[in-house]
Amino acid sequence: MSRTSAAVPEPRGPAVAAPRQRHGAGVWLAGGLVLAFLLLFFVLPVARVFITAFVDGDGSLTFGHFSAFFGQSLMREAFFNSLYVAVMSAVFAALIAVPLAYFTVRFEFRGALLIQTLGVLPLIMPPFVGAVALQLIFGRSGSVNLLLQQHLGFTLPIMDGLNGVIFVEAIHYFPFILMNLTVALRNIDGAMEEAAMNLGCTGWRLFRRVIFPLAAPGFVAGASLVFVKVFDDLGTPLVMGQTNLLAPQAYLRITQVGLEDPLGYVISVLMIVFSIAAMALSAQMLKGRDYSTLQKGGGSIQRRSLSMGGSVAAYAWIGFILLLTLSPHIGVLLLSFAKVWSYSPLPDAYTLAHYATVFQDSSGMIRNTLLYCGLAAGLDVLLGVTIAYLILRTRLPARQWLDWIATASLAVPGIVLAIGYLRFFKGMTLPTWITGTEILLTSTWVMIMLAYAVRRLPYALRSCVAALQQVHVSLEEAAESLGATKLRTIQRVTVPLMVGGILAGFVTSFITAAVELSATILLVSADSQAPMSYGIYLYMQSVAGRGPGAALGVLAIIVVAIGTWISHVVVERTGSRHTQRPVDEKLPPLALATPAPGEQR
Amino acid sequence: MKKVSVQCRNVRLAYGKTEVLKDVSLDIQPGEFFALLGPSGSGKSTLLRLIAGFNRHQHGEVLVDGQDVSPLPPWQRNIGMVFQNYALWPHMSVWDNVAFGLVERKVDKAMLKTKVGAALELVGLAAYAQRRPNQLSGGQQQRVALARTIVIEPQVLLLDEPLSNLDKTLRVQMRQELLAMQRRLGLTTVFVTHDQEEAMTTADRMAVLDQGVVQQVGAPVTLYDEPANIFVAGFVGTTNLLPARVSARHGDTLTLAVAGLGDVQLPAGVQAPAGDSLMMGFRPHALHIEPADTVAPAHGIVLAGTVESSEFLGEFTRYSVRVGSHALHVDHPHQAGGAAFGVGSAVRLRLAAAQVRLFAG
Repeated sequence: MSRTSAAVPEPRGPAVAAPRQRHGAGVWLAGGLVLAFLLLFFVLPVARVFITAFVDGDGSLTFGHFSAFFGQSLMREAFFNSLYVAVMSAVFAALIAVPLAYFTVRFEFRGALLIQTLGVLPLIMPPFVGAVALQLIFGRSGSVNLLLQQHLGFTLPIMDGLNGVIFVEAIHYFPFILMNLTVALRNIDGAMEEAAMNLGCTGWRLFRRVIFPLAAPGFVAGASLVFVKVFDDLGTPLVMGQTNLLAPQAYLRITQVGLEDPLGYVISVLMIVFSIAAMALSAQMLKGRDYSTLQKGGGSIQRRSLSMGGSVAAYAWIGFILLLTLSPHIGVLLLSFAKVWSYSPLPDAYTLAHYATVFQDSSGMIRNTLLYCGLAAGLDVLLGVTIAYLILRTRLPARQWLDWIATASLAVPGIVLAIGYLRFFKGMTLPTWITGTEILLTSTWVMIMLAYAVRRLPYALRSCVAALQQVHVSLEEAAESLGATKLRTIQRVTVPLMVGGILAGFVTSFITAAVELSATILLVSADSQAPMSYGIYLYMQSVAGRGPGAALGVLAIIVVAIGTWISHVVVERTGSRHTQRPVDEKLPPLALATPAPGEQR
Repeated sequence: MKKVSVQCRNVRLAYGKTEVLKDVSLDIQPGEFFALLGPSGSGKSTLLRLIAGFNRHQHGEVLVDGQDVSPLPPWQRNIGMVFQNYALWPHMSVWDNVAFGLVERKVDKAMLKTKVGAALELVGLAAYAQRRPNQLSGGQQQRVALARTIVIEPQVLLLDEPLSNLDKTLRVQMRQELLAMQRRLGLTTVFVTHDQEEAMTTADRMAVLDQGVVQQVGAPVTLYDEPANIFVAGFVGTTNLLPARVSARHGDTLTLAVAGLGDVQLPAGVQAPAGDSLMMGFRPHALHIEPADTVAPAHGIVLAGTVESSEFLGEFTRYSVRVGSHALHVDHPHQAGGAAFGVGSAVRLRLAAAQVRLFAG
């Protein structure tokens, strides 16, 4: 073989993959299949959305739809409301997360486990489920305001209008900032801080000038994620009756005006553009700023012990946040057991009837969730492993594009992908030999499953890439030099070593798909196809359905919690397998150093 | 077992515009323990990986047992390689690691059991068969890596910096064991190292590489005593190098003008390269150091100097002696109670002309 493109003078470094020169047909085939999948179920449908937004009825290019959009005061309002809600949610999430992150890294106290729990709890419940419960606790006639009214004579408008959306979203999404920031803070080398202190910088100035700037990349990454998530969220505002935001407007346009209405597509384009802009902005700010300064053998920033007063304050703050974070869960749990709950701080009577209803009516939904999410997550890790292998272990031309395309689906809201599917596959039918009758492609559950797979692919992909990066190339080369072909090496060495990452990716994809509503809500074409997330939404539409809805919500939380726990255990277990355990043993002298008696001659 | 030879003929390899190997030719004899020695970035590991089939050359050929193996992928070459970081698979037990290559070769169960058992016996780790690699010490891991490689009975054994991850005492033990095992198996072995002591103590012959070019090939003692150029002289052992100019040639005698030192007369027998601009080299232990006021008659070259610094190394003391504008390394054997030369003391250095080597400047 002739050329290897990269200039790698000493190709044996730990991170440098050996240049692989020859590709069998298998590599091309795998790359081609992945590309075909991404094109068909992601790129083309989304492209279709863009085209529709920019094309007139007669097929000519136009910006008319956009001027029509901004010409309507309702649309303008929705646009600015969305921006406002997303920004304010990020701000409030930061207010909750920054002190918590700083506490865990800076001070010696036993709240670390509590804070870790805080980081996971909100994420295991879809925000729109929490919204209903929070309405009952913090709403105008909810528990808190009833108590305030009774004892202090005033109420707090926490859940009113957009405030409510901001409140729910901030409580739900602050863990993104908390987790990113904590990791970033932990990776700061203690010497960074010591040098600053040595030069006379302490206290608040130390935090402002050294600690926070060093951890800023983590903060920015987390905050931009919160912005994007909130900007794209459909379920929460819909459940809370706030329709003057972009995502609900797109949904209403498509469902009420019709698939031909161009404003739905304009909104879709705006949502994608803002998602990409937020991510690009954060990427721009993070560019060249890998601040993870922790040296080998160096320690993190020094922990201090808290004073008595400080301890009390810290625990009080954490307790308050924990209670706030738990309130949706508590609310949903209470609601699922409540016979009647209105105009009182706690339910008046309790019953198990809602669970009975759910088990009677909704076993199909539970089965659907397991089926769709299981298949989608399986597809995701299959694609994830393939793409990871192609980009890290082969020199397939343009392989990086597969990664970029797959990751780009982060920027596409579920509702936009759903609109793209409905439009792109419009009128296409399944071949009659499969089902006997003509069935529209868009009316099958396969579309829901595919939407889940595409939307969750980035999570599984990152997980697989990280897992493969940890497999040193020499582990594979050793197999090849012992006679294993490439395919056998992948089977016997590469995949077994990646198995922890693959499982973690599977579980992440599974649990996040299980609580997905925004694509589901458009793609479900018959009640028999509905997964749990859609079922909860349907129940929550009526006051009478809130009890069973909450019961179904509790089941969803249990499914997600079990999944989260499993992925945690898997990651821990595989992690420990790869770390060298200290051993202290003398080597026995080797028999061959002095030839064995039988071999004297 | 049949002993095979390994040959490289005019091998060239470049990554883009970076030439890593420039026209490398080597002839490794059957059953030989051969070292590739060079600084990092010299291309020695690239060459080793090329023999294993992980790198591909653009020009030339690699022959194993007279057959060109260039078109063969790594898994068809039957060349065993022990990796620098051992590359033991953490998801397999020691036994499964060692059995790996035999499973690929579809060896039947009974045979596999015998062979893996024997290989583990050979490296003294039969009791550790069910452990995971991360439950072994560094030395044990290395032995497992070795067992895993030799169990497939490769034609050639490649070792990539095999001892660099071990602590010093273990390194000496492993060095001797590796050599003993290689002798017993009669396996043609190529190993890469940047440690000249390691290469000299173990290798039958060695090649010194620098910047992708083979500088010299030969037995360790040849490379040490007759280095082909300044690089080899400096890399294999320590050498004092002084720029010199030929000022006169009278029959057998050569007069050199050494900058900052004056004229030096060299008698017959010293090989001098063509040209007038040369480098004069000699080993630190070739210099004999004595007090400046020594009255005994001096033979050979005599230089007067002052001690600038000294390092006590146990077997000898290494002095840095200022002679004219040069600082020369001088090794003086150490004996208990022997006199030491203090910093600043005036000394006389004697050098036998036969110890001087001349290189092209």
